Amino acid sequence: MKKIFKYVITDILRNKTVLAYTVFLLAISFSLFSLEDNATKGLLSLLNIILIIVPLVSIIFSTIYVYNSSEFIELLVSQPLKRKTIWLSLFAGLSSSLCIAFFIGAGIPVLIYEPTVTGFMMISVGLLLSIIFVAIAMLATVITRDKAKGIGVGILLWLYFSLLFDGLVLFILFQFADYPLEKIMIGISALNPIDLGRILILLKMDISALMGYTGAVFRDFFGTHAGLITAFVTLIIWAGVPAWLSLRKFNRKDL
Amino acid sequence: MKIFITILALLSLLSSGHASTIRVGKNLPFKTITEALQKAKEYDTILVEEGLYHEKNLIIDKSITLKGIHHPVLDGEHKYQIISIKANNVTVDGFTLQYSAVSSITDYAGIKIYNAHNVSILNNVLTDTFFGIYSQYGTNCLIQNNKLTAHNTQEQQSGNGIHCWKSDSMRIIGNTVTGHRDGIYFEFVTNSIIWRNQSYKNLRYGLHFMFSHNDAYIANVFEHNGSGVSVMFSHGVKMFHNLFKENWGDAAYGILLKEISDSYIEGNYFERNTSGIFMEGASRITMLKNTFRNNGWGLKIQASCLDITLKNNNFIGNTFDVGTNGSLVLNTFVNNFWDKYEGYDLNKDKIGDVPYRPVSMYSMVVEKNPPSMILFRSFFTSLMDKSEKVIPSLTPENLKDDHPLMKPLPL
Amino acid sequence: MIIANNVSKQFGKLKALDNVSVQCNKGECIALIGPNGSGKTTLIKSILGMVVPDSGFITFNGNNILHHWQYRTHIGYMPQIGRYPDNMSIGQVLEMMKDIRSTSTQLDEDLIKRFDLEHMLHKRMRTLSGGTRQKVSASLAFLFNPDVLILDEPTAGLDPVASEILKEKIIEEKKKGKLVMITSHILSELDDLVTHIIYMQDGKLRFHQSIDELRKHTGEEKLSKAIANVMTK
Repeated sequence: MKKIFKYVITDILRNKTVLAYTVFLLAISFSLFSLEDNATKGLLSLLNIILIIVPLVSIIFSTIYVYNSSEFIELLVSQPLKRKTIWLSLFAGLSSSLCIAFFIGAGIPVLIYEPTVTGFMMISVGLLLSIIFVAIAMLATVITRDKAKGIGVGILLWLYFSLLFDGLVLFILFQFADYPLEKIMIGISALNPIDLGRILILLKMDISALMGYTGAVFRDFFGTHAGLITAFVTLIIWAGVPAWLSLRKFNRKDL
Repeated sequence: MKIFITILALLSLLSSGHASTIRVGKNLPFKTITEALQKAKEYDTILVEEGLYHEKNLIIDKSITLKGIHHPVLDGEHKYQIISIKANNVTVDGFTLQYSAVSSITDYAGIKIYNAHNVSILNNVLTDTFFGIYSQYGTNCLIQNNKLTAHNTQEQQSGNGIHCWKSDSMRIIGNTVTGHRDGIYFEFVTNSIIWRNQSYKNLRYGLHFMFSHNDAYIANVFEHNGSGVSVMFSHGVKMFHNLFKENWGDAAYGILLKEISDSYIEGNYFERNTSGIFMEGASRITMLKNTFRNNGWGLKIQASCLDITLKNNNFIGNTFDVGTNGSLVLNTFVNNFWDKYEGYDLNKDKIGDVPYRPVSMYSMVVEKNPPSMILFRSFFTSLMDKSEKVIPSLTPENLKDDHPLMKPLPL
Repeated sequence: MIIANNVSKQFGKLKALDNVSVQCNKGECIALIGPNGSGKTTLIKSILGMVVPDSGFITFNGNNILHHWQYRTHIGYMPQIGRYPDNMSIGQVLEMMKDIRSTSTQLDEDLIKRFDLEHMLHKRMRTLSGGTRQKVSASLAFLFNPDVLILDEPTAGLDPVASEILKEKIIEEKKKGKLVMITSHILSELDDLVTHIIYMQDGKLRFHQSIDELRKHTGEEKLSKAIANVMTK
């Protein structure tokens, strides 16, 4: 496990895309923090980056990377290695390199300019989202054999989680406007890791007051230790379940 | 200001004229203020030395000046109202009052004015009184430089700091009020001025204002109050150069304006409030040169408002500049600066060439369906706002600033 | 040593393997032949565990390979088209494989020397010609001194000299009593190598005979002729 992980991670870290991603995040974070007159506003602008760019880059890069390393995977599979080891090393390699990129690119500026609870929450959500979308990407690649199709599926999944899902939520909210949906919304937000991450960060930014009664319901839930732990466990499940499904699929996959 | 100086001068003339001075202290003939009061004649001055006095309820029924030296302490022992003023032309100056009675039936106060005029309450420190300074049918009274501190945690068991009821021509100047239910409370008070006070960390409102016409409040600071400031059912209110700051919470406002008419709001500064101003049923209000900075909503203006004029205000860094609940708009927005304005100025006259619409689509959606607030700051809602800017459909057609400023006003 | 038992595999509509059963023993050198798309590579990949059969099972030394991934330590595999991470150099690939397998057995770097790969260890995989890649693949297959060698079209793309080197190496290894499986189109190359023939067509096993039997059976000395003889029947 450790050995293959080592080869995967050295290979990815040498990849120019990851380097470009790191530099891009770094440039954006520093410019946001230095342009805005207060750090909280910089943090808010950065929030959009985290919720849009991080999942997009994670899912697309991982999809392409897995397809491009099909030779490597094939070579490894013919070696005396467990498939599980190979796949998990790939997963660990991808997620840790993207996490490193995110941490250097966005985490360090946040720690410099805004070393608060909000900042930490933002970093941890960003890291978790990186891992979650690597896992989703791996599931997409293991299901579709064709590279172009796989990348398409990746983009569609990203679009769904960052855009379509919220549209759907709004639709439901208006359809059932006469019912008290606040509590149900907590459950619904768990169905989309991006939404869940966004709400966790917003609650920490004490913008929750703006969110009125809904915000109060959310704060009552996520403000408690149990709620916070539930939220993070949900996010971890969002990483774990796709990864596990992809592993099961990969174990029986013909190469 | 001028009136106030004249009155002070007159008062000092009156008291020094034919009056004598009685001293009260531990080593003096008069050990308690009550004894001294009995001996005192109209317009006498009672000087009280440093020390702790248990006077039960001190009732002042003569026009005298009661002056403390180095803040003698009057203790209400949690059982009594500390000073009751029932005569005109009384001055209470330089005392520390502590521990008044607390009751849910009677409004016990640190100092209470009963149906009197020309009373001055100066330089006192009130600690943990139920109501602080209470004026009931007071006329032409001065409440100045007092410091009122309470440590209440529950609204029901706490009284207001400076409480005026059915009073007229009051001058509330330079006081500091904290920890009470409402910092300053006005009900049926007319022709009065609230100037340079600081009201912070009160449980409900920093300033609570009802049925009080033709009053002005100027250069006060309202900070960290539970619900901000509430001004209701009044006309002819002038609010100048006040600072409304950090009134943050689910139901907190910089100012809540309800049923207000013919009033002026000028040169105020609203920073980090959940809503800078929340207006309901307000009419004929002129708002000039105010600054709305980093609020959740800069201005929430309900459809029940009409003839509101907003001119030369700065809107900077608010999450939503303006929120509203209807499509009919009878208000005027002109020559304001909006930091979210994305228009251009081709003829360089410092006025944008295209109108600015301060109400975003998402804020309308939230107004109609509050739970959709959970989509706050999502990619979806920002796309929605962007597309609405291009093709307006849901936001009120008339709510716009036709001549937005390109640069913020130096306020 | 390797036993395939009623192995079937279907890719969509195509039956790549149809109820194939074979038994391969130590010391044999088996030629796996058949037209394109007859299922040779699928059979090899099944043995390697890269393709999971729909039904049937394969055992290696009596153990079902589905549950014992370690059996692959005993196999050296040379794929038809060697595909390696583009960014790595030859040296790094070799090092990586040594690192991953970390065997205690004596390494067999004979082919690396004979193919003269030592002088181009720094070259990146993406810059290599097809022939050089094949050399790398071959070297890797033999590197760990495995008991079983599975070579998929080993000489395709190799120049005659290299091809000859590889053949010599195969013969040497066969003499050591190893099991060698070769697929090839060029039957003439196999003449002096193989001891057994497996002939496949449309995913089915047509026949599995020793070369002596085949020669006797067809009366042809040359392998290519013997096969042609069988096919025309």
